Amino acid sequence: MPTLSIAELKKQANLIRQDIILMLERAGSGHPSGALGMADIFAVLYFQILNHTPHKPNSPLRDRLILSCGHYCPVLYATLARAGYFPLVELKTLRQINSRLQGHPHNLSLPGVENSSGPLGQGISQAVGMALAGKIDQAKHQIFCITSDAEHNEGQLWEAIMTANKYQLNNLINIVDCNNIQIDGKTTDIMPLLSLRKKYESFGWKVLEMNGHNYGNIIATIKQAKNYQKGPVVILAHTIPGKGVSFMENKYDWHGKAPNKEQAEKALQELRQAV
Amino acid sequence: MPKENKNKSTRDGFGDALLALAKKDKNIVVVSADLAESTRVWKFAKKYPARFIEVGVAEQNMLGIAAGLALADKIPIATSFAVFSPGRNWDQLRISVCYSKANVKIIGSHTGLGAGEDGASHQALEDIAITRCLPNLVVLAPADYNEAQKALAVAIKHQGPIYLRLTRQNTPIFTSAKSIFKIGQANILQKGQDVTLIACGALVYDALQVAKKLATQNISVEVINCHTIKPLDKKTILASVKKTKKVVTLEDHQIHGGLGSAVAELLAENYPVPVKIMGVNDTFGESGTPEKLYKKYGLDQEHIIKNIKEII
Repeated sequence: MPTLSIAELKKQANLIRQDIILMLERAGSGHPSGALGMADIFAVLYFQILNHTPHKPNSPLRDRLILSCGHYCPVLYATLARAGYFPLVELKTLRQINSRLQGHPHNLSLPGVENSSGPLGQGISQAVGMALAGKIDQAKHQIFCITSDAEHNEGQLWEAIMTANKYQLNNLINIVDCNNIQIDGKTTDIMPLLSLRKKYESFGWKVLEMNGHNYGNIIATIKQAKNYQKGPVVILAHTIPGKGVSFMENKYDWHGKAPNKEQAEKALQELRQAV
Repeated sequence: MPKENKNKSTRDGFGDALLALAKKDKNIVVVSADLAESTRVWKFAKKYPARFIEVGVAEQNMLGIAAGLALADKIPIATSFAVFSPGRNWDQLRISVCYSKANVKIIGSHTGLGAGEDGASHQALEDIAITRCLPNLVVLAPADYNEAQKALAVAIKHQGPIYLRLTRQNTPIFTSAKSIFKIGQANILQKGQDVTLIACGALVYDALQVAKKLATQNISVEVINCHTIKPLDKKTILASVKKTKKVVTLEDHQIHGGLGSAVAELLAENYPVPVKIMGVNDTFGESGTPEKLYKKYGLDQEHIIKNIKEII
């Protein structure tokens, strides 16, 4: 993939956000908050960082992106379509019968989707498995995993985090979307996570943090993570859930609710003006 | 019938076959959850340390890691006791493995009352029920040491997830090392006319012994070794039942959801005849030797004979 300038990356992220709104409005259900919040990071990953070839989605040399929090899939689908994995027009089939865009990702349905997810906590173990395979094969590619902060309620994640440290998986980068919300409320109310930094550090990981909407910061932090040689790296990405749509920002009730036609139009207007 | 050998377990058959197969196929990797000795992968671990991944007591993570390895073109063998895997990680089995058609071989040892002295917590009596309902998953329950070896070899050749149900206890080796093992193809071990006795796992040996005993009383039992529970060999079972018109099924598993249920589903739709499902009758087990447990819970040869006499 050719790498894009920051201005071009911002434009891609804006288009991805518009896609997300259009897809969810049409589907009538789905999860806007996390998807909108991660659009900047996805744009940077797919248009600047990842070594991948959309017309060769199974190339053994590719970097892998494992989406562990499957309900974020609108941002994955929109980014994959924008990157050329499948026609943009297909985005409007999200969650409909006979669509390749399942409500939660299915690796066998759509090119570019590396894993099936939905039940939280499962992607990170698969990312660890892929990273272990990379080590056995002495391969050069890297494994990126996307998890959410509230996903860390699941015990399986911590099992995987221990294993990544044990095997010193320096080909594994876990990006945690720290947006402080989950379905039923704020993460601090539902299940306090306390310091993810301290937790990861005590589990033997290198911890980096970034502002998930500042492009210079995103690019520099991910590059630093890629170059770290001693073991697995976690990037705590501080994001605003619903970013880019004023009435959705920081509101947990938009975690799992699609906009209606009127709300979608208002959101699209805001996004178009922001370009 | 081939001559009986000394007793060995199906987990030993698996472990010995694994060593031989791993030499030829470098893609085979083992993922272990702190039971390497009990699941008989410790020899592999010593010989191939770079292909042995020890995740500790964490079966959910074990299966997820296995799925990730499979998606990266390895052939992962994920081993634990069946009460933990697939017992504890069923969600991971469903989504990370089966939905993705990840080429993982799930090895569940210590199944049934045969797990013995460890007691109810460690006796997997539900594993067939929770695996045979999953799309894309093949479910195998080999009858003895030889068959376990063949089952692993076939499982590794098969592209897709397989659950291999193994036993702790040593049991007679009675199948031939040369006989053909094919997924989905049940073996008729003895032909008969009066009743079809369909069994899986270690109890197949008892089924054969019972058939021999009843032959002396002029009761002719057809014995089917149904080592593949899914996909079920409909053809062989229906052909036999159309002849005998009576069925007894036998498994070291709950009567709900296991081999007997699979056979009953097939017959209810295609050829309804009287069926007696022999298994553990909706109760947990307890500590004891396999022999004493089978007697107490109605799975010994005496009970099999009683059930056959009642149905014919």
